[in-house]
Amino acid sequence: MSAIAPVAAENDAADLAWDSRGNPEVLTFAVGGETFAVEAMLVREIVDPLPETRVPGALPLVDALVNVRGRIVPLVDLRAAFAMPPSAVTADRRIVVVELTLGVAASLLGLRADRAHEVVTLAEASSEDPPALGMRWPQAHVRRLVRWRDDVIVLPDLAAILAPALGVAVATD
Amino acid sequence: MSTEDPTGVFRAEASELLDQVEQALLDLTQRPDDAALIDSVFRGLHTLKGSGAMFGFDALAAFTHQIESVFDRVRKGHARATPELVATVLSARDHMRALVEGDAAPAAGEAILARLATPADVPDPALVASRHAAASVATGAWRLSFRLPRQALAHGTNALALLDELRSLGDCTLVARRETIPPLDRLAERDCYVGWEALLRGNVPRAAIDEVFLFLLDDMELSVAPLVPSEAGARPAAVPVAPGANGAAARAARGAQAELVRVPAARLDTLMDRVGELVIAQSRLTEIAGDRHDLLLRSVAEEIERLAAELRDTMMVLRMVPVASLFGRFRRLIHDLARETGKVIALETEGEATEIDKTVGERLFDPLVHTLRNACDHGLEPAHERLAAGKPATGTVRLTASQAGGAAIITISDDGRGISRERVRAKAETSGLVAPGETLADAELLALIFHPGFSTAGAVTTLSGRGVGMDVVKREIERLRGTIELASVEGEGTTVTLRLPLTLAIIDGLLVRVGTGRYVIPLAAVEECLELSTEADRRSVGRCLITLRDRLVPFLRLRELFATDTAPDPHQKIVVVANRRERIGLVVDQIIGSHQTVVKALPPFHLSLGTFSGATILGDGGVALILDVPRLIARGQHGRGAMGEAA
Repeated sequence: MSAIAPVAAENDAADLAWDSRGNPEVLTFAVGGETFAVEAMLVREIVDPLPETRVPGALPLVDALVNVRGRIVPLVDLRAAFAMPPSAVTADRRIVVVELTLGVAASLLGLRADRAHEVVTLAEASSEDPPALGMRWPQAHVRRLVRWRDDVIVLPDLAAILAPALGVAVATD
Repeated sequence: MSTEDPTGVFRAEASELLDQVEQALLDLTQRPDDAALIDSVFRGLHTLKGSGAMFGFDALAAFTHQIESVFDRVRKGHARATPELVATVLSARDHMRALVEGDAAPAAGEAILARLATPADVPDPALVASRHAAASVATGAWRLSFRLPRQALAHGTNALALLDELRSLGDCTLVARRETIPPLDRLAERDCYVGWEALLRGNVPRAAIDEVFLFLLDDMELSVAPLVPSEAGARPAAVPVAPGANGAAARAARGAQAELVRVPAARLDTLMDRVGELVIAQSRLTEIAGDRHDLLLRSVAEEIERLAAELRDTMMVLRMVPVASLFGRFRRLIHDLARETGKVIALETEGEATEIDKTVGERLFDPLVHTLRNACDHGLEPAHERLAAGKPATGTVRLTASQAGGAAIITISDDGRGISRERVRAKAETSGLVAPGETLADAELLALIFHPGFSTAGAVTTLSGRGVGMDVVKREIERLRGTIELASVEGEGTTVTLRLPLTLAIIDGLLVRVGTGRYVIPLAAVEECLELSTEADRRSVGRCLITLRDRLVPFLRLRELFATDTAPDPHQKIVVVANRRERIGLVVDQIIGSHQTVVKALPPFHLSLGTFSGATILGDGGVALILDVPRLIARGQHGRGAMGEAA
């Protein structure tokens, strides 16, 4: 099993990918009208939508499981983290399967994407920390914003986004 | 993660060495003068020191050096392996483990060294004499014949230095035996083929000779025979020296190890996943082959079906480990408990070769520790009480493992005072568990011990009775899908019997449908299935209870619990699940059938929900959640409603 950058390990890991590699390669994908990106080296595969199993009682952020080649993978819906309404079902929907170290073990996550775009190399020079003001989204959920062509790419902080689903006991009473 | 990581390799090795040292130390408590055991501890420490320094564990090397020096005194007969010393060295061993893991408190190490510094360092003449008993027999000369282990040179032994050391003992004549050197074309240049014969004159103690070969004794051939003057000239028959029972055992263990391959558990899990996928792909193939009238295709499909099933069975076996390693860890516990309680306790084990799933074994550790503590603390009486009751002063705790059907059975029994029914009843009455004077069958009375918060211990001791009771043990065993039973005869002892599934990786499950979702209920928990009559359905708006053979059974509507939004089926079913005495009904839309299910772990996000214990992949590739029956029962008993508004 190849080594995985511990993106989720520390909060300062947000900068790691930039410093060690200079300009990282990322996979860009669309969710709810925004363009998101994750490091290409974390991406295991991109698959077509699969039959989903809803997990009753789970947070909307991770409320379903799919079978990706014999492994049970939770589906992460970034819409829930970025306060976006559910979007219409289109033929372009994909699941971006990434491998992250959450806590101790590396685990697979499926990111729901309205469409998977391409692998691009971002320039650190055109990236910015998320502004403290002017975003509709929780600042902690964004690692960096990167200007790309005429668009802005959002690098989400998956560890921060998933933290509430990991530690907190959800509605047992 | 990488297996190439040298520090990881060292840690694994160190952990084995420390276990060996621990076992030898525990043996020493029974046979404090066994030279082979003392040597074995010393060698273990020495090796640990050496490789620790090599891998940069300097604190470990320094600390181990101190302990090694202490044991060197024992080895040389300057000190005795008293129970106190052994106990201190055992705690030193724990500190070494902490040093290896990198979470040691320096103060702890200093405290141990301070305790070790106190024993009188006066050589006990009697002891020196006994340890060197052979030495006093030493007359004039020894005839030696020895051969180093084949890989000695490759492992870094300097043969010449050994010979020099031997020469330094006295007047020594050495002759090399070359007859075993193979022809050049078959000679492996790193192997050691040469043997030696030596005649050693001078007043050399026998032990001094062993000392030279100390680190090779287990693997080398060595025979030493005194050269008696009267027989001078005649060639004395060499008496082979057994390297000690311990050495033989160590060699046997090493021989067995050579056949083993260490594999990270994660790789086994990956392999298991692949096998799971194969089984799913195979069932699709079988389906396709069934639709076509192609005999050739069908026979290939059948062949693959058979192979896949065999592969899955083989895979299951790979995860099984003998309970011996689990039981081995309890020797130390009993040793410590005996010291703490001042009781004399013997631990007997049986059936160590019984195999259980690795995960089951790991998760059994805590419940077993607790049960053993109970047995030693509450079960066994102090020696004087035992003698008064006509029992031997030594209390016995027996730990056995066996296999029956699809289950592993583990029993923990003691020959102590047994459970006092009177005290159980009194305690239950004061805490309101039973009404005063209520008639209870003996089994029901004993079962009260598993009730949360129940503890009969008169006084809370440091060992057990600190709020953690048998209810915790029971819950953990149930989580492993096992059962726990208690039998006790007052004045004669108590036996706890655990029944555990051999593996957690596969269960028989009942597949049900609730709304559009499919769920698996472990079949072992299912008592019966019945239809929810329209009348009971209507009446149950206020109270969710059905009458089952004159007993009221609460039921949970999984549709409500899971916030299902589709219309209910007209004929809903109730699956009655039980957990020893408690039972509830689970209302489902449809019972699909029973299924052998490969259990997979839930993603970390869904562990805290408390509803599901795992997930599985169905024949059509879909994912189904496995219900956590004990927790659902707890929920049903406490009348909790739907979970989470989130869904």
